[in-house]
Amino acid sequence: MSHIKIELKQCETDKLREICQSFNNNPGELINILHKAQHTFGYLPAEVQEFIADELKMPVAKIYGVVTFYSFFTMLPKGKHPISVCTGTACYVRGAEKVLDEVKRSLNINVGETTPDGKFSLSCLRCVGACGLAPVVMVGEKVYGRVSPDGVKDILGEY
Amino acid sequence: MTKYKMHVLVCGGTGCRSSASDLLLENLRTEVENHKLSNDVKVLMTGCFGFCEKGPIVKVMPDNTFYTQVKPEDAAEIVNEHLIKGRKVTRLLYENPETSEHVGDSEKIEFYRKQLRIALRNCGFINPENIDEAIARDGYQALGKVLTELTPEAAIDIIKKSGLRGRGGGGFPTGLKWEMTHKSKGDQKYVVCNADEGDPGAFMDRSILEGDPHSVVEAMAICGYCTGASQGLVYIRAEYPLAVERLRIAIAQAREYGLLGENILETNFSFDIDIRYGAGAFVCGEETALIHSMEGLRGEPTVKPPFPSQSGYLGKPTTVNNVETYANIAPIILKGAEWFSSIGTEKSKGTKVFALAGKINNVGLIEVPMGTTLREVIFEIGGGIKNGKKFKAVQTGGPSGGCLTEKHLDTPIDYDNLIANGSMMGSGGMIVMDEDDCMVSVARFYLDFTVDESCGKCAPCRIGNKRLNEILDKIILGNGTEEDIDRLRYLGAVIKDTSLCGLGQTAPNPILSTLDNFMHEYLAHVIDHKCPAGKCKSMMKYSIIPENCVGCTACARNCPVNAISGERKQTHFIDSHICIKCGACIERCKFNAIVVN
Repeated sequence: MSHIKIELKQCETDKLREICQSFNNNPGELINILHKAQHTFGYLPAEVQEFIADELKMPVAKIYGVVTFYSFFTMLPKGKHPISVCTGTACYVRGAEKVLDEVKRSLNINVGETTPDGKFSLSCLRCVGACGLAPVVMVGEKVYGRVSPDGVKDILGEY
Repeated sequence: MTKYKMHVLVCGGTGCRSSASDLLLENLRTEVENHKLSNDVKVLMTGCFGFCEKGPIVKVMPDNTFYTQVKPEDAAEIVNEHLIKGRKVTRLLYENPETSEHVGDSEKIEFYRKQLRIALRNCGFINPENIDEAIARDGYQALGKVLTELTPEAAIDIIKKSGLRGRGGGGFPTGLKWEMTHKSKGDQKYVVCNADEGDPGAFMDRSILEGDPHSVVEAMAICGYCTGASQGLVYIRAEYPLAVERLRIAIAQAREYGLLGENILETNFSFDIDIRYGAGAFVCGEETALIHSMEGLRGEPTVKPPFPSQSGYLGKPTTVNNVETYANIAPIILKGAEWFSSIGTEKSKGTKVFALAGKINNVGLIEVPMGTTLREVIFEIGGGIKNGKKFKAVQTGGPSGGCLTEKHLDTPIDYDNLIANGSMMGSGGMIVMDEDDCMVSVARFYLDFTVDESCGKCAPCRIGNKRLNEILDKIILGNGTEEDIDRLRYLGAVIKDTSLCGLGQTAPNPILSTLDNFMHEYLAHVIDHKCPAGKCKSMMKYSIIPENCVGCTACARNCPVNAISGERKQTHFIDSHICIKCGACIERCKFNAIVVN
């Protein structure tokens, strides 16, 4: 769990309240609310979850359960340029592991971590659906296809 | 409406867009405008053509010219040469790999010749963001026919007689599913579209939603009429932003045209569709887990019965079908059950879309009649194995499926044959592997996935698969014993028998099928401590052939752990205790002096 303690600002709680209200504070819409909240904050720290729990009048444990269940939700802030290496089957058989190792080595971080300067974070994802370009690496929204371990340096160099 | 002399179709699928097809589209439009051709030539973006290997694809109609790997800067040449002077740009045409001939007409390309496109009928033909183009290709005609000419029972009967089975993996007869919901009593019923394509390496649902979202919208409305539901829900992966966007546009346009909403086509039937997002959980492909996820809960499955058709979303009768299943509905209604059931094999009717990927020349999305053989798919449509390597196995059905080998190549593909051979249809992922792939590692790859994605509710899946994974790890690290192989088999069988949902019940399949077909590879790992494919690092040993080594020191200088010693111009030596088997030395050696065994 995250050990970073943050305090939500007034404008942030207003925004969260607005998100919850746009779904009528309906617990059945929890996943949609979390999507919106993560889109706004970049991640879902404990404080955000507590606030949503109050708004929806449901236990925070339930929300924590949902947040940790789905891989799309994260409780840690991502880097400015989140890097995702596709480890779907098509990319795997075309050498995604070596590409992932090279990214880890170059940035000196593991999967799920962020570089100390907050520039890059690294995650794996299961299939972008661009299997024709395997192996695939995404930086932010941009997709890089047919990436070789040697090509990692050039990609990181763009940022 | 303007009548254009020529249409230039640019692929706007995720694969091609990743290779800058949106910029290409813009450049083509600018060039067409600059040459004042806007009244004669229409440049438009379509859904996926399927031939992702050669993307971005540009097709010029009416002459069917098929350009491959087109770059944004090629736009000017296409407009100047082809559109204005009528000369095809040869260098961009598809090149037949065997004859090196440039093929100008897409119908003559081997990749398309054996295909029969029903579910993908509009992908690559229409602009998915324009409902008029869908309607021009018979979109929403089936809905009109059902609403004005058929009773729900009669429409269900057509689907039943067609023999259509669920394309999401299970293969349950679709008509029967609809009938069950139709007969269930409830004041409110739901129609759900399962677009949570979690199988890594499969992208057919995404391509259908990106290329022809109206086919799904229409079929959901038909399903609503047949089952008595007034609300549809699409459960879609948040990782598919483009598909979400196009679906949203399609729903809005259908509402505007009165094809969704109150009193559709001036009948008493009302139906609308909402979108719900998944958040990355493979188990949510299972229908009860999917329903829980839509209710805002953790996506954990529950025991069936009750089936969703009796008690589903919010406890109401619910029909859950996969995207590809829906895409087949309208053609069946329009062309009849006999037409559909004349295609395919005895128990599997119609066609199936496969996502062909891995070590194959033509990666892409294909649709073939059921009963086509693996050989036809891999070697004719797929163009054979990459880099002239030898075919080893094809994995079907994703993490739930199994590996098929050379001896299965001539088996006709259908639901029952695949299960009889230890694999399954799944959603249609087909990953081809060559001689360099280690089957023990492949089995572990899939197990890694299922362990990661297991929801943790039932013990056999949560704990059992973890144990299976540990045993595989042990074998891969070179510490396995023959008893471990027996243990894999026994534990695998127990997990299959005792798990709660489809995920656990099929999770051991990749291991069991590789044990059946590649026992010799397991034995090689366990007894000889060797990986026949040379993939498992722990079993590799790097050494220097003294005769070839000239003592250039290139290897020693590049070794990240200083495992290589030796004086200049003297034979070098690798200390296998220090070596981390990274392969940096092999890449640097110009004299082929380093070997792995």
